[in-house]
Amino acid sequence: MVLFCLAWEVAGRIPINVAFPPFSDVVAAFGRMVADGSLPSAFLITLQPLVIGLVVATVIGIVMGVGMGLRDELEWAGVPVFVVMQAAPMAALIPLITYVYGIGLTAKVLAVVILALPVIALNGYKAVRNVSPSLRAMCRSFLGNRRQEIFKIVLPDASPMIFAGLRLGISAGFVGVVLAELLITPTGIGDLITYHRSIADYAEMYAVIATIILFSAVTVGLLERVEIALFRPEKKEHSA
Amino acid sequence: MTAAVRMLRETTKSDTAQPIVEVRHISKRYGSSVEALRDINLTFPTGQLTSLLGPSGCGKTTLLKIIAGLLEPTGGEVVVKGKTVTGPGPERAFVFQDFALMPWASVLRNAAFGLELQGIDKKKREETARHYINQVGLSGFENRYPHELSGGMRQRVGLARALAVNADVLLLDEPFSAVDEQNRRKFQEDLLRLREVERKTLIFVTHSIEEAVYLSDRIVLLSPRPGRVSEIIEPHVDRSGPPDLIRRNPAYLDTVEEIWHGLRDYAD
Repeated sequence: MVLFCLAWEVAGRIPINVAFPPFSDVVAAFGRMVADGSLPSAFLITLQPLVIGLVVATVIGIVMGVGMGLRDELEWAGVPVFVVMQAAPMAALIPLITYVYGIGLTAKVLAVVILALPVIALNGYKAVRNVSPSLRAMCRSFLGNRRQEIFKIVLPDASPMIFAGLRLGISAGFVGVVLAELLITPTGIGDLITYHRSIADYAEMYAVIATIILFSAVTVGLLERVEIALFRPEKKEHSA
Repeated sequence: MTAAVRMLRETTKSDTAQPIVEVRHISKRYGSSVEALRDINLTFPTGQLTSLLGPSGCGKTTLLKIIAGLLEPTGGEVVVKGKTVTGPGPERAFVFQDFALMPWASVLRNAAFGLELQGIDKKKREETARHYINQVGLSGFENRYPHELSGGMRQRVGLARALAVNADVLLLDEPFSAVDEQNRRKFQEDLLRLREVERKTLIFVTHSIEEAVYLSDRIVLLSPRPGRVSEIIEPHVDRSGPPDLIRRNPAYLDTVEEIWHGLRDYAD
């Protein structure tokens, strides 16, 4: 991390490109933008569609994914849809969303959902399909009913892959919200990036970009903690 | 000829010892081409340890899973304590080849899992589980997780879980095949000792002739493709002495040799 910052500083001072400021300028720009409130308020604006979109994508994605894993008819109906959604360049649909839903919050939430949902749902589906058949047989042989099999065996055993999907989904959600802010209407983070680029404040632009990347990484990292705390006690004791 | 005589003798004997599990005309097909089992008829007397022995592909695990109610036979029926099997039941408990332990649960929760599924309250089921964890020689490991245990210890947890539900019949599917040799021997000895204490009927699938002869009251030899009963052998090995002596007992060695001669034709 330190090495990376140093390399950035050196590269910025050479300089490689006029549009590539040294690390220290970016930190200073970050300080200025926090002080004048433009960065925090931009984050608040961006977080709105992001959080709503991710909650919607998580709930629908996990329910659909687990459902498709458990029931053949849902698999038949759902999996092809999500595979197409995942394979298609969904960013290309954003202009279409704008056409239908306008430029408000709904369109941005939808952009987050269509990017995050497929990977969450498909991972949930694969997670359930990969649950150890012998654990399921064990549960049945010790007279577990369907409900117990799902809640005591399938979901805990599937949770690592479901959470891997959530992490990918959250990253995709960040992509979705920034794309929406750049392509639909410049608000929040997207607005800050566009604005500072247009007036050649490259240090500010980089500060915004670095902050959103860092924020995304921290969120994903926190999710891993939550997963271990909730579902994987054996890993907690090991790492402690 | 000898096989026929043996089987005849066997049937008459089983009639006197009360059978707890009866397998009647069981057959199993996978799809239309693979015939795994053909017309299997067997009785398992109460309190005895019966091994199902045979080369791979003879359907011994399939037969055990049908008895467990985990697989449906294509034809025939299994009767346990006078009732036809339609699925898993409380009078049978299964020990899995790959242990089937929940990696996210402690030894204690794994051992108590059968009772947890029955809705028995936590304090009571953990008390029972602790008793059987102690019985299989794992006390002190209650709060460990499966990945911290060796293969042999994991299977001991699997055995404790099966014992904890207090079933009459234990079904063991190659329980020692994923356990290393020294631990396997120790575990076999412990299993013999546990049998004396717990008084269960055991049905045991194995591909090891030595293991079958060492442990069993009766050995059912299955022939492959399709699986049929080819012979039933009663080893009559005196198990009163120390384990090392049993393994050098002439009756033990002769039976191993005899079975090997019967099975060598099936070797690839």
